[in-house]
Formats: sequence, structure tokens, C-alpha cells
Amino acid sequence: MRRFSAFAIAREAFRYHSGWERHWRNPTPKKKYDVIIVGAGGHGLATAWHLGKHYGITNVAVIEKGWLGGGNTGRNTTIIRSNYLQDPSAAIYEKSRSLYETMSQDLNYNVMFSPRGVIMLAQTHHEVRGYLRTAHANALQGVKTEWIDARRVKELCPIMNIDGPRYPVLGGLWQARGGTARHDAVAWGYARACSDMGMDIIQQCEVTGVRTQAGKVVGVDTSKGAIGCDKLGMVVAGHASHLADMAGFRLPIESVALQALVSEPIKPCMDVVVMANTVHGYLSQSDKGEMVIGGGTDGFNNYTQRGSFHHVEETVRALVETFPMLSRLKMLRQWGGIVDVTGDRSPILSKTPVDGVFVNCGWGTGGFKAIPGSGFAMAELMAKGASPLTDEFSMFRFREGKFIDESVAAGVAH
Amino acid sequence: MLILTCPYCGVRADETELSPGGEAHLKRFGPGSNDEAFEGYLFVRENPKGVHFERWRHSYGCGKWFHAARCTTTLEVFGTYEAQTSEPPKAIREAISAKRPGWSWRDLS
Repeated sequence: MRRFSAFAIAREAFRYHSGWERHWRNPTPKKKYDVIIVGAGGHGLATAWHLGKHYGITNVAVIEKGWLGGGNTGRNTTIIRSNYLQDPSAAIYEKSRSLYETMSQDLNYNVMFSPRGVIMLAQTHHEVRGYLRTAHANALQGVKTEWIDARRVKELCPIMNIDGPRYPVLGGLWQARGGTARHDAVAWGYARACSDMGMDIIQQCEVTGVRTQAGKVVGVDTSKGAIGCDKLGMVVAGHASHLADMAGFRLPIESVALQALVSEPIKPCMDVVVMANTVHGYLSQSDKGEMVIGGGTDGFNNYTQRGSFHHVEETVRALVETFPMLSRLKMLRQWGGIVDVTGDRSPILSKTPVDGVFVNCGWGTGGFKAIPGSGFAMAELMAKGASPLTDEFSMFRFREGKFIDESVAAGVAH
Repeated sequence: MLILTCPYCGVRADETELSPGGEAHLKRFGPGSNDEAFEGYLFVRENPKGVHFERWRHSYGCGKWFHAARCTTTLEVFGTYEAQTSEPPKAIREAISAKRPGWSWRDLS
């Protein structure tokens, strides 16, 4: 793999950019791998990369039904933050946020991480109390966040109307080191680095069955034939239940649609990320100038990657009150992704009842921010059989009643 | 936008008039049941890719709970039926078989 650098740009400028390479190979699957990861989204590719980087396991295949990064990795609103209430969440999300800071250097790929700061608005007194509590918890966890008053919110984001009639802004939880990154580049960067380590990324290859012998995984059946493996990682978000079904166990997951939309591009007007959980809306401005808007999930099971229009309407209606200038914008595109939601709104990184099968799912509406941390922890879990970051995120915690209850802590938006 | 017909008042209600209530026909377990059964009742769901049975409430209408049979991959609605039953009626199951031969959901087919 030829490295990207300022020198490389100069070199290519002199030869009509004819020397750029393909980012990853397009191999035919081998008979057997040490590890198969199902799902070439951010989490799957990050898991593979960390397996190679920290544990020297490079005989790895990443199998993808569609195209690389074409699921929720390419559909989210790219927000990165780690201001969670519960200790296990803060640990894994803060690890993740810190890995984003060096990701471009680690992968030699510009993921455009922009730590522009995230404000979580408090628009009810209940939220004020909740975020004050989170700010204190974050101080104990070593996550740098700060409670700011409405005046400071207005300074950070002048386009906001802080004394709206229904939802006045009472303050906010400010994480200065949160921000956004280029979502596609995260998947592409990992894929390029994995391919360079000799891993096979096999796209348009659907897993149709999981092969086991005496309670241990031995391989998968796919649309490109059977492929053997010693360990199997299922990292497929919305389709986690479907894949678990093939392996013969069940997950406490429901798949629902989550939608986002972008406006026409406008001049820079907002250099922070704002999340308004009371009204189910979050907003940032992309480098192209589009206002990127995310909303709430639908309330019913859905695999269609389309959501209900009235959720878009509710999100926009609420945001227009807080950001009056949005009312003059045309919306360009709207889309949906299928998110995997657990009972306590926290992810599952876990061993499973089938020996050698590991599952990483349940990130629900907040997976993008967790990609590098999730990959780091999942790789440790798969290589060593345990990881301090994943101990609390077992799929068996629901039976034990040991929830990581972020649905209360974080409102809705992740 | 989903449109479901309320089996009680007969209104063709669109989604904004309804509240989703999750998976239908759950077997309830209480004190004295084992951990696995209780976990299954509270958290583990079918989450099928295809035919699904759900509870809905006609909240901005007659206010009554009812059941719906729906496809999660196409959003097609196969029919709705009353709440006072522990499994889908024969007519609904036949309507599904006509459109999705070979379907299954839990131990139904």
C-alpha cells in the first residue's frame, strides 16, 4: 500500500494522478480463516483492524452482504461524544472518542475528525437536573464535560433561539472534545488498512447459515459457498437477530428505523453540534454546508430502511422553534437506517451460547461514535476471551438484571 | 405511513392516530418462574424479517388495543384483529399464507 502524504499528492500532480491505488483488494474467499467477521461496517472493520494491530491475527475475512460501509455507517449523523451517565458506557465511549483523535494518523487516512464540541440542550427542568448529574458523573469518570448556562449556549451557537415559547433553552451539557467525523472515510480507512494487513474483505456475500460441530462454530454458509473459521464475530447491527437465529440463539434486540435528513448547502452558520433530546432532534453543519438533522426512531419493527414521515415532520417542527432560520431551508435528502435497540439501550459485546461465536450489536441509535472503541474492545474479547471494556455488556445481563440503563440517562438521542 | 383498520370502530387509521405496542401474544411469566422464562418475557423478542404480529392501540380514536399482522420487510399489512385472543385467528393466518406461502412465526405457520 502506498502511503498518503503531502509528497504523494505532489508526485501524483506531476503524472495526471495516474498512480493512486485501489484502497482495498477484492479477493475470492479462501477455504478457511482464523476469524470471520460478518458485517463490513465501521464496527466490523474496526474489530478486524484491532485484531491485526494488537493481536497479530491477520488471517481474517470480513464478509458483507451489501457494500462496505453501506448500512448505518453510511447513514448516521456522524456525532461523536462520550458524555454518558453510567461508568461502563463512559469507559467504552470515552476510549472510542480518544481513538478518533488519532485515527487519521493510525490509519494513514483522513477521517476528518472535527472536535468542534457538542452541546446537549436542557429544555426542561427535568433535563437540567439530569445533565447536572451527568456532568458530576463525568467528572468522576475522567470525561471532560461541563454544565453551561443559556447565555453561554447562545454564545456558542448564535443561530439558536433560547427563549422559545414551548421549549426555552435552560442550559446545556457541553463536551468541547466531542464533534463529528467523515463517516464513509472511517469505514474506507479501516478497510484499506485491513486489506493492507492481508485481510480479505468480501463484499456482496450474504451469510445464509452458521455451521457448528459439538456446540462450536466451524464456519459459515454464504452466497459464495461455505467458508470455514475458528472464531466468528457477528457485527451486523439491524440484522443481529436474524444472524443469531442462524446460530441457534436469541437476542434481546428489536430492529427499528431511524431517520436523518440534510438541507441544501448554506454558508457556515454553526460550528458546534447541538442535540435537543426533549424534542428528538439533533443538528450540525457538514463541511459542504448542509445542515445535517437526525430525528427519533419509529415505534415498530422494520427492516425496510424507510421510516415514517411524521417523525421527520415532528423533528423539523421542533427544531424550527429552536433554530428559526431553518424554516427557510429546503431539505435535499432524507433516508433511514435499521438500528438494533436493546431493552436498556446499551450495546451487547459478548460471548454467546455457541462456542467461538461473539456478538457485537445493540448500539441502537448511537453506534457511529463508538466505532473505534467497539472495535478495540471486541478484538480483545475475541482474541483473549475477555475484555475489561466489555465485561458489563454481556448478552446475559438481562437475565441477571444488571442493566446499563442509559435509556433514562440519555433521553432518546444517542 | 402505515394504515391499519381498527377492528373495533372500523376506522382506517393512519399511523399518527395509533400507538405501537410491541410484539403480540407474549406469554407472561411472573414471580416463581425461572430466570430464562422471565428474561424471555421481558426482553427477548422475535424481531422477525418478514411476517410479524403486533399490538397497536387506536389512541386518538376509540382508544382500544388491537392486533395487527404485518410484514417487516415490505410494510404490507395482512390484517388486524381483536385483542381478546391468544393467537391470530384462522382468517388472518390464511390471508398471510396466500401472500407469503411457507411463513412461520414462533410455532405458527
